[in-house]
Amino acid sequence: MPDHVAPARTIPDALPVLRERGQHEVFCGLTGIMWLHRKIQDAFFLVIGSRTCAHLLQSAAGVMIFAEPRFATAILEEGDLAGLADAHDEIDRVVTRLLARRPEIRTLFLVGSCPSEVIKLDLSRAAERLSKSHGPAVRFVSYSGSGLETTFTQGEDACLASLLRGVSPAPSTAPTSLLVVGTLADPVEDGFRRTFDALGIPVHFFPPRRAWDLPEVGPGTAYLLAQPYLAETGSALDRLGARRLPAPFPFGAEGTRGWLAAAAQAFGVSAARFEEVVGPAERRAQAALAKIREGLAGKRVFLFPDSQLEIPLARFLHRELGMELLEVGTPYLQREHLAAELAMLPSSVVLSEGQDVERQLDRCRAARPDLVVCGLGLANPLEVEGITTKWSIELVFTPVHGFEHAADLANLFSRPLLRRARLKV
Amino acid sequence: MQLAVWTYEGPPHVGAMRVATGMKGVHFLLHAPQGDTYADLLFTMIERRRERPPVTYTTFAARDLGSDTAELFKTAAREAYERFRPELLLVGASCTAELIQDDPGGIASALGLPIPVVSLELSAYQRKENWGAAHTFYKIVRACCPATAQPRTERSRPRCNLLGPTALGFRHRDDVAEVTRLLDRLGVDVAVVAPLGASPRDLARLGDADFNVVMYPEIADSVARWLGKTFAQPMLAAPLGVNGTRTFCREVAALTGGDATAVIDESTCRLPWYSRSIDSTYLTRKQVFVFGDASHAIAAARIATEELGFEVIGLGTYSREFAREVREAAASYGVEALITDDHLAVEEHIAALHPELVLGTQMERHIAKRLGLPCAVISAPVHVQDYPARYSPQMGFEGANVLFDTWVHPLMMGLEEHLLAMFRDDFEFADDRGPSHLGASAPVAAPTPVAAAPVAAPAPAAAASDEPRWTEEAERELKKIPFFVRGKARRNTERFAREFGRTPITLETLYDAKAHFQA
Ligand code: SF4
Ligand code: SF4
Repeated sequence: MPDHVAPARTIPDALPVLRERGQHEVFCGLTGIMWLHRKIQDAFFLVIGSRTCAHLLQSAAGVMIFAEPRFATAILEEGDLAGLADAHDEIDRVVTRLLARRPEIRTLFLVGSCPSEVIKLDLSRAAERLSKSHGPAVRFVSYSGSGLETTFTQGEDACLASLLRGVSPAPSTAPTSLLVVGTLADPVEDGFRRTFDALGIPVHFFPPRRAWDLPEVGPGTAYLLAQPYLAETGSALDRLGARRLPAPFPFGAEGTRGWLAAAAQAFGVSAARFEEVVGPAERRAQAALAKIREGLAGKRVFLFPDSQLEIPLARFLHRELGMELLEVGTPYLQREHLAAELAMLPSSVVLSEGQDVERQLDRCRAARPDLVVCGLGLANPLEVEGITTKWSIELVFTPVHGFEHAADLANLFSRPLLRRARLKV
Repeated sequence: MQLAVWTYEGPPHVGAMRVATGMKGVHFLLHAPQGDTYADLLFTMIERRRERPPVTYTTFAARDLGSDTAELFKTAAREAYERFRPELLLVGASCTAELIQDDPGGIASALGLPIPVVSLELSAYQRKENWGAAHTFYKIVRACCPATAQPRTERSRPRCNLLGPTALGFRHRDDVAEVTRLLDRLGVDVAVVAPLGASPRDLARLGDADFNVVMYPEIADSVARWLGKTFAQPMLAAPLGVNGTRTFCREVAALTGGDATAVIDESTCRLPWYSRSIDSTYLTRKQVFVFGDASHAIAAARIATEELGFEVIGLGTYSREFAREVREAAASYGVEALITDDHLAVEEHIAALHPELVLGTQMERHIAKRLGLPCAVISAPVHVQDYPARYSPQMGFEGANVLFDTWVHPLMMGLEEHLLAMFRDDFEFADDRGPSHLGASAPVAAPTPVAAAPVAAPAPAAAASDEPRWTEEAERELKKIPFFVRGKARRNTERFAREFGRTPITLETLYDAKAHFQA
């Protein structure tokens, strides 16, 4: 079935990468809680951190709804730093209080931060201890969202990997099924589920909407990454014997086709059936994209590192919307998972990993891009300098995957340019 | 450990950033991991500042911890100096850096940079944002302003300094403009505004002024005290409310040998007349709950009582540093002060008091929304809405106008309230109606029960056993009372019933209770 095979790969190592150290203008992994606490509905995220961590969550959430978040911070105080034994007692006290007030919690994530890591507060030990005293009604899992180890979306990676810890592999006799990995907006997930149903592929999504509904994972599992930032989760799945289906990521019509095709191929779906299911949606997406392309083709784009979505997005912007790529930054380059994506980038692209934000801004200003994709700290100041920006966090907080959202994704990039052209003030 | 979902104040280094960002010629080198850069967005998104804050984060990561975070700090300091060429370098540690004890101050001084280096001790595990701002402002002033008495320059008009405004302040920008205008009318020039807009060189001139206006004591108190001691400069409190502004004018006149009568008489302040206008009668003894930083909360309580005729039924602050002042103020209204930075405690308090109006912060705005109560914002923490495009000071005579509008607007208007009481069976007066002029922001019919709030949930009403029972008829009558006073009516009636052993509650009990509490 050569028809729906993912695009051929060249040697991605050929692309040179600019590696930088300096100030990173990025969020830490705690930020992932913003969407994880909405996605996993029976879980609560308790950050063991400082006032800074609490303030970060509050500020990042400032753009979001205030109502009843399923997260909180246990703020370390002077006394907690004195002795670790006392700090563990304090955790127990805080957790007991929390569970008394939120009896519906089924999984409690103890989330480590920079301060908890520096004082070597062992949260996995705390999780074990708490499991004994409060289990089995509540399960305790720990992971680190600290800025010392995780950048923005890597917090989700650490969280998902922690859920797989302690899972034993399903027997190899278990029937083969597909696991889609990475948080997706609910409408996107529902859409993909319908597509896989139509293709006759048995599918599970991870993370599940209830943390207890962990799918069986073992040698019979083929998994498809829905997000490009899941290095650790991928390794955990590999260890359980699951098999990763190499594919581009489902951004844009082309990426979505390649992504679905990888699954179709692995599950022996006929080319005819594949076209029947995928064709109409794909054509609809292409038609919608064609209109948006007019406003973007030939425009030059510069992407600052943020969510690790940058490389797949750059591929989409370049190949489907005709944009010229100046620099594509990523906080961390996971070559293996991104192989199919890297193969589709033009050889002229400048890739950068890590960041020295001042130098990168110098390069950005010198390149005079038509559009800059960057974080909230940089966007308005660049606008003041006359540079049009798209703030990147919206890419993580909006349904952008799959055929039905390809045009929405493209619009996120065209709207700032359109707006600038419209305004006469 | 303190369990927190939302906090009133950020960490102390955010206070330091507010000072550095407000000033000119200052750069702040913060020893911190990458994620702490989120703080930039407070300034670029919430305040919509046009430039990035002048802050460099050293961005140390796990791999640096074993080896050399100090070296990283050195490099960052050199590079930041080379690139930004500040007149003064501030250095400090975020919460994480405080734990690794690299001594940023020592390292930075050892570099021999040709500019003053001011090192901050931010105590991230004890202190908070306002304290951090006050500490930073004090340290910078001490570094820039020689303590030797400066000869006052000869000039025709007296001069004063305005102390306390920073970046990311609640209406600081407009307050500075308003107070400057007011002083000008009083024949006084402004020498230095600081930290907002001041350079280190400007701070050197702080002694060359006749007095200081302490606009925001949370930030400027320690500096003003030092200036007072060193240069014998008296300090004046901020002009908040009509009376506060009149007092301010008289005090300025007394200090400068001028006359404030004309300025007071000719003021364009509409609050006194609007408040006396019969239309405002319905404001009489409206029960308000006030919460905010200490200075705004104290002033709001005074203005609410004296200038709008409200009744203060609760007063509190999250500024523990000024707990004493708030307690004193609360005592004068016969209420006990609520001193806490736990918003869940504030929520419980408001729910129990059921005021007719909440004057608070963005946090109380959300709480009030959940409880279906009208609310106006009087203090930080700030939100993008607290940076309106229009001129909107809190201080001076124009500030008093703004306060009148902002506080009265969320309330039911007089006749509207009467109509609701007269025709409460009108289907359009259903419970989900807020003041009709508030459109979409009207309080929701069934405010999400407090129990739905995070860790919030005050233990569910398990204690319901000793609650008096209501007869069906009385319950029906209660439903006819407009929703915004119904909670209070219910509680009062139940209290009455318990006190006088009148259970179950009948129609009679309801009206007896009403009479009892009206007396
Ligand atoms: S970078 Fe570290 S200290 Fe800062 S908010 Fe993130 S986890 Fe907390
Ligand atoms: S909407 Fe009209 S009637 Fe109602 S309060 Fe406003 S002005 Fe009065």
